[in-house]
Amino acid sequence: MKFPIYLDNNATTPCDPRVVEAMVPYLTGKFGNAASRNHSYGWEAKEGVELAREQVAALIGASAKEIVFTSGATESNNLAIKGVAQQYVDKGKHLITVTTEHKAVLDSCHALERDGWEVTYLGVDKEGFISLEELAAAIRPDTVLVSVMFANNEVGTVQPIAQIGALCRSRGVVFHVDAVQGLGKVPFDVTEMNVDLVSISAHKMYGPKGVGALYVRRGRPRVRVQSQMDGGGHERGMRSGTLATHQIVGLGKAAELAALDLKNGEIERERRLRDKLWTALQANLDELYLNGSWEHRLPNNLNVSFAYVEGEAMMMGIKEIACSSGSACTSASLEPSYVLRAMGVDVELAHTSIRLGVGRFTTEEEIDHAIALITEKVRWLREMSPLYEMVKEGIDLKSIQWEAH
Amino acid sequence: MAYSQKVVDHYENPQNVGSFDKNADDVGTGLVGAPACGDVMKLQLKINDDGIIEDARFKTFGCGSAIASSSLVTTLVKGKTIEEAAQIKNSDIAEELALPPVKIHCSVLAEDAVKAAIADYRRKKGLPALA
Repeated sequence: MKFPIYLDNNATTPCDPRVVEAMVPYLTGKFGNAASRNHSYGWEAKEGVELAREQVAALIGASAKEIVFTSGATESNNLAIKGVAQQYVDKGKHLITVTTEHKAVLDSCHALERDGWEVTYLGVDKEGFISLEELAAAIRPDTVLVSVMFANNEVGTVQPIAQIGALCRSRGVVFHVDAVQGLGKVPFDVTEMNVDLVSISAHKMYGPKGVGALYVRRGRPRVRVQSQMDGGGHERGMRSGTLATHQIVGLGKAAELAALDLKNGEIERERRLRDKLWTALQANLDELYLNGSWEHRLPNNLNVSFAYVEGEAMMMGIKEIACSSGSACTSASLEPSYVLRAMGVDVELAHTSIRLGVGRFTTEEEIDHAIALITEKVRWLREMSPLYEMVKEGIDLKSIQWEAH
Repeated sequence: MAYSQKVVDHYENPQNVGSFDKNADDVGTGLVGAPACGDVMKLQLKINDDGIIEDARFKTFGCGSAIASSSLVTTLVKGKTIEEAAQIKNSDIAEELALPPVKIHCSVLAEDAVKAAIADYRRKKGLPALA
């Protein structure tokens, strides 16, 4: 086993060796500019890019012409949200999104608000789902965009995208999905789900960092976005900049492999490992609280509050495991996870949350080691926890007058 | 969070973890912090009739530096009079552990815990609070 054991696959993933193998020729021999039309260097670069476009399109049931390459999902989210808002300004200046979205979505919306747009932020229930009724009620004649993520990066909650898509289509509103976390893990199809724009990232699915894509629907209905960067008019004018051929080829290969994961049993393997981890931890430890939904959840994600054990102290204890925490102590802001807070998770429990993400390269041996280590360290830290001691003495922690500091 | 070796040492080998009987006459208990803030420290001092702290125990819910601050403070108070212990400053703890700025509040909590434990002891003994 290699230490620390990598269980942070919702943060990023290593490049699959097959991805690297596909990329390398485009850094050396096939170094051409895909926009060079007059020689073979340009042609072969273009060929690599176009294959990647098809591979990415196939992953989401789109056609290759609908894929725009970007520097990553942050750029894709910016382009989708600001690009639609600016394009459809004559229709109105109202957008709808969700409080638990990624910062790239929320901060794009905040930027638009500063420029005079109005944004409705839908709340979520305790498992992280939006309410379709609330969404339906929030759509107005001047609403130009609804943006809802496919799966949440922290708690793995998978939103009912098909139902949201059907609603948006019936009301004539453009629908954007930040699908970074779910692709290759849960089936996704832009036609079946009536999705108009999709943000895609390579590095969450075993591709390289620094590259992503935006799906932009071309027909029935056609969607337009205003570009956010001036330049040579690449990518049908939506995203200027010389195409990063090797990165794009890597994204394409990663998309092809991700689609395969859904068919060849790999996702079921990850789900089995994740389930084993959760079942064993529950058998070994009391007072564990699952954050998010169990039924509609990313198959590789586990987010658990280990009550009475602070998240950062926990991560110091399990330093042989690379994971992340919703604890305030791990964030620059000293505030616990806004996603957990939006779901109504008690702030006390938010401080004790740990996110564990299984991946393509996670082994059963690693999961067994993680189970043993987490069990040991939670027991040890609870022995040291005054809160656990008080609860075991039958004291209701809510009855105590704590001094906030 | 990149911690100093001293924080890591105290975290991995915390000194004086545990509890005394909080109802005992010679035990002062300080419980400071709040679960909602992510740290709670319980510090107990066993104090003899001469006002000397003979022993100390802690339990802490909090990050690594909160645990390290508590552990360190138990070692600092032992053998001191309550007056001397009440003089321990959070900066003594923060410097000893080389706490980063965002973790200074952990050392403040440790200082507060000592003061709260002494106050509890003096209440039990019917003594006035330390000036």
